[in-house]
Amino acid sequence: MTVQYAMVIDTRLCIGCGDCVVACKTENKVPAGLNRDWIVEATSGKYPELHTEFRSERCNHCSHATCVAMCPTGASHNWRNTNIVLVDANKCTGCKACIAACPYDARLIMHPDGYVDKCTFCHHRVEHGLDPACVSTCPTRCMHFGILNDPGSKVSQLLKSRRYKTLMPGTGNQPNVYYLI
Amino acid sequence: MLEELLVTPRFNPKVDPLLGIWTWEISVYLFFGGLTAGIIVFAALAALNKKDAVRSFSANSLALWAPIVLSLGMTTLFLDLEHKLFVFRFYTAFVPTSPMSWGAWILMIIYPVTILQILSTLRPGYPLIAGFVDRISIGRWVLDLTSRYQREIAIVAIPSAVALGIYTGILLSAFNARPFWNSGLLGVLFLVSGLSTAAAMVILLAKEKAEKHWYVRMDIGLILVELVVVALLLINLATGSEQHLKALEYLTSLNGYALAFWVFFIGLGLMVPLVVEFRELVKEHRVLALLGPILVLLGGYLLRHITVNLGQETAWQDYRMEHNPQLLERVKLNYKTEN
Amino acid sequence: MNRREFIKLSGLLGTGAVAPSIFLSGCSSKPLPGDGLVKKTPTICDMCFWKCAGFVYSENSKPWKVVGNPEDLHSSGRFCTRGTGGIGAYLDRDRLKTPLIRQTDKEGRQSFREASWEEAIKLIAQRMQAIAEKHGPDRLALLHHGTGARHFEHLIRAYGSDSHAEPAFAQCRGPRDVAYKLTFGDILGSPERTDMANSDCIVLIGSHIGENLHNGQVQELSQALDKGASLITVDPRFSVAASKSKYWLPIRPGTDIALLLAWMHVLINEELYDQEFIEAYSTGFDELAEHVQAYPPEWAYLQTGLKPDLIRETAREMASYAPATLVHPGRHTTWYGDDTQRGRAMAILAALLGSWGRKGGFYIQEKVKLPKYPLPHYPEPASESHVVAHKGRFPIAKKTVSQALIEASAGPDAYYKGWIVYGTNLPSSIPGIRPKLKEAAETLELIVVVDTMPAEITGYADVILPECTYLERYDILRNSGARVPSVALRMPAFEPRYDSKPGWWISREIGLALGLEKYYPWKDYSEVLDWQLKAANSSLKEMEKLGVKDFPRKKPLYFTAENPPHFWTPSGKIELYCQQLADAGFDPMPRYTAPMEPPENFYRLNYGRMPAHTFGKTTNNPLLFQLAPENTLWVNPIVAKKWKLQSGSYIRLQNQDGITSNPVRVRVTERTGLDAVFMAHGFGQRSNKMRLTHGAGADDSELMSRLLIDPIMGATGMRGNFVTFVKEQGVG
Repeated sequence: MTVQYAMVIDTRLCIGCGDCVVACKTENKVPAGLNRDWIVEATSGKYPELHTEFRSERCNHCSHATCVAMCPTGASHNWRNTNIVLVDANKCTGCKACIAACPYDARLIMHPDGYVDKCTFCHHRVEHGLDPACVSTCPTRCMHFGILNDPGSKVSQLLKSRRYKTLMPGTGNQPNVYYLI
Repeated sequence: MLEELLVTPRFNPKVDPLLGIWTWEISVYLFFGGLTAGIIVFAALAALNKKDAVRSFSANSLALWAPIVLSLGMTTLFLDLEHKLFVFRFYTAFVPTSPMSWGAWILMIIYPVTILQILSTLRPGYPLIAGFVDRISIGRWVLDLTSRYQREIAIVAIPSAVALGIYTGILLSAFNARPFWNSGLLGVLFLVSGLSTAAAMVILLAKEKAEKHWYVRMDIGLILVELVVVALLLINLATGSEQHLKALEYLTSLNGYALAFWVFFIGLGLMVPLVVEFRELVKEHRVLALLGPILVLLGGYLLRHITVNLGQETAWQDYRMEHNPQLLERVKLNYKTEN
Repeated sequence: MNRREFIKLSGLLGTGAVAPSIFLSGCSSKPLPGDGLVKKTPTICDMCFWKCAGFVYSENSKPWKVVGNPEDLHSSGRFCTRGTGGIGAYLDRDRLKTPLIRQTDKEGRQSFREASWEEAIKLIAQRMQAIAEKHGPDRLALLHHGTGARHFEHLIRAYGSDSHAEPAFAQCRGPRDVAYKLTFGDILGSPERTDMANSDCIVLIGSHIGENLHNGQVQELSQALDKGASLITVDPRFSVAASKSKYWLPIRPGTDIALLLAWMHVLINEELYDQEFIEAYSTGFDELAEHVQAYPPEWAYLQTGLKPDLIRETAREMASYAPATLVHPGRHTTWYGDDTQRGRAMAILAALLGSWGRKGGFYIQEKVKLPKYPLPHYPEPASESHVVAHKGRFPIAKKTVSQALIEASAGPDAYYKGWIVYGTNLPSSIPGIRPKLKEAAETLELIVVVDTMPAEITGYADVILPECTYLERYDILRNSGARVPSVALRMPAFEPRYDSKPGWWISREIGLALGLEKYYPWKDYSEVLDWQLKAANSSLKEMEKLGVKDFPRKKPLYFTAENPPHFWTPSGKIELYCQQLADAGFDPMPRYTAPMEPPENFYRLNYGRMPAHTFGKTTNNPLLFQLAPENTLWVNPIVAKKWKLQSGSYIRLQNQDGITSNPVRVRVTERTGLDAVFMAHGFGQRSNKMRLTHGAGADDSELMSRLLIDPIMGATGMRGNFVTFVKEQGVG
């Protein structure tokens, strides 16, 4: 893989407002009732000793993407030799192996027309040098997008200077959505 | 306490609230796939032991069932596809990391193998049909050729069928995202179960008592092996990671699959036929002679059904939802044609 | 006069046919978003009152998305959740589609029938004329919310009435606005003049920014946090803001004034207040210093449950960053009936910290000088609504208290004889108003409802007029006080859908039918806009490209030696001691009164906002509905255990007066304390024409049958209600 795109989300600023979710729905014309991204709230402790974290979650565009490996037709593929995982509707049989293969459950969704649909990291915007819709609309500016193998990029800088985590690294999928904590 | 929940509701079809991508179509497909593998193996083994006149049905007539059963399975597999017009895409690519891609190509080998198997035993197995074929010169040539290489065909058929049988299990076990499936033992289990169901089928179809008895003995052996493999699978889960332990809970919880697994699969699908078939060897009984193999077949299906359904429910993460996701149905209902 | 019964709109319009989904599967690759013909039109968002400027995108003539205008200071180029969901307002299939007129059939059953605009407007004009002749035009009142209301204000003033009220006063910002005006002689404005981007310390007392999504403030709070500003949040609930705070003070509900007095006590007694600022610009410090001696942190501890050390520590924290310490004034502030005094306490605290007119505190707003379109003078109205409606009550309220106006409309002898209701669903925006609303509806001679959605209020109307959404119309220019003066334009991005019309058009048509041509010398409202813009050195043509245009400031942003402050109070200074209040018989300095305690097995009903919705206005929006289709009831795990409540099950609430709510989904969470339950406002919509949101979630406002009225300005304090649980059978 030549280019590794990453999303870095600052949970200390995220308020869980869901703007990213709506922005994705409109930008990508996601069919009614379906979601390519969502918000998770995690609260730990006991009143009044509490900690709450909000996470905007979506496809992790894993460096080791099991959904791509499991796809029998090559419909699930990496966009232009990057880690961005796309599904080619014209190659997809709707066998759903990719859905079963995703340890992050539901990063892939069934389009009503029968093919598998998913977060694309808004590659149609990325190729014009724009941030994905979710990142570009976030009112708290807690979301960042960029190239991880460019040490000067904002995402690289953030991961160098801040503590972070990824979701379930134990799956071995090497996710590329990072959460600053 | 840790409260971790989705604060924006999600109701993606077949995914929320529980993963439910595959249902009976896939279970039936896997069942018929295993059965096909068993049929081919037993037909080939019998063909290799020509001297053993006891298994004349298996040697000569059984192979015809393979493409029929397999086609039934392929039909349900096709029914499961959501984007049916694009089914040809399985054959415009080979993806070595994808068991399903392997499966698609294995099936492409299985079909010609079974056809050759049928042709090589058509004359003794189905003399009436063979009579028609023999009237055409090219047909006669084909039957001559295939019966001459009957042995070689059988030798190729066995590994192909074993690959098919194992594939039906590996298809599921390759998903590390589904902890219940994620064990290589599933390949062995589905192969053994496939052989067992095929044996049961022969018991039902074969006419000669001696052949039936041969398969009863064979099936008893296979059921015993299957029980051992199931035990290994359970031990594997019980000694596994947190996700595996959670998956095991589904088999021990009455709200989960405990009843289906222990009573229906282990009890009625394996133990009862084991007892019935033992008894059959000692003392024959008309009804019980049918009951044993029928339970084996049902048990074979149940194994796939439980595995397919339960496996999808096991996951690495499990978010609860703040809102009732079913309310999203209102949007789906009213905004079908708009974003 | 026909008795007017409440009509549910259900009988009228069948459910829209749903087109079958088409099985699209060709071999051509799916087009990517934006591949088609893209058009971009400027707008000002109307999903809430923040008025962010942005652009509406369509692709191949189909609505696509709305995004912020990067040049806009309200949004900094980023819309909030609701703004981003704005397209949903246009797409909403439950919108009002044609004018509707109430009819009575032979059996006396009332229903609505579809009508032409011509017929509807003629009917309205006839009734308005009859009211003017019989009673006088000032007997017609406007109840309103939102920017479009200005067209109808213009209409009634041209007609001869200046009677209008909005729930935004007595149900929301009123107490705060009155309190800051009394103290500083100036308004906070909307957006408020909070300089959060530059604050080093921010104090939120009851304000839950992040759940209320006031865009500019959310962005500035985030910026401040990112820079490492210290956040102090006072809230009994672990709000989103609380979760981001350096100090979270889980105060006992209703005891804010005790904490504020104790903070003042510490600031004054430890001489941490801004002595120079106070000496130069305020009056009444000595009285205040003496007043707060009775309220040390040890006393406040008993009221608030907050440890004295914590109160001292946070007071010192605030002082250490002053004047760049912002005590946020909040916005929805109608809580316990002493809300003006609470607002005063916050204003005084801000004054002690010296943050008014200072960087990191409150900046000085400036607007663009935008001349008014030349029109003849309005006729002098025969009465003023705040005088008529208040009947001597609420002496400090200069705006009309909405529920008082409704009271003055109920009964045969009522002063008001007709209503135009614009953009506000009164039964859910004014708590406990349904009985009075029903009474008023029986005697009023005309009720016109102008709205985009068939909300519950439309059921009271004689005539319902479907306005098009903000995405389909021109509106007044935005010219809000801000750091940089700017004007912004709203223009139609799409043709009005169905048979809906812009507010200006409706106003003008009614005006013309009433013979008020001279007040509508233009044909299209864009002429007015162009005239105004040209006078301000721009033009409609330019603005249709830019969307927003900034103008240079004339005065500095903060108080300086060259720009000494002026306070429009009677004393010309910041009034720590308020003579106006004393003269009207109220406490000149805030005093603490303990809140009522809930009886056994009852819990305080706490309510708030959620980021996906602006009250009930957006709950049927198909995009936003998907984000939050219902509200949930937050219950502490200990309370949940006692009542055997489980997350995901449904329960009804019953208040102290026996009023029972809709079923509401339970969320068992540590984020609320033991004595209160929490839910977001805006749900439990009763109109079954709003097919998505109808019946989803519970309505907090219907449980507010005990209102704590602020005697100073008439606000309806909503936090005096207690609820218990009623098990729901068969659901969940």
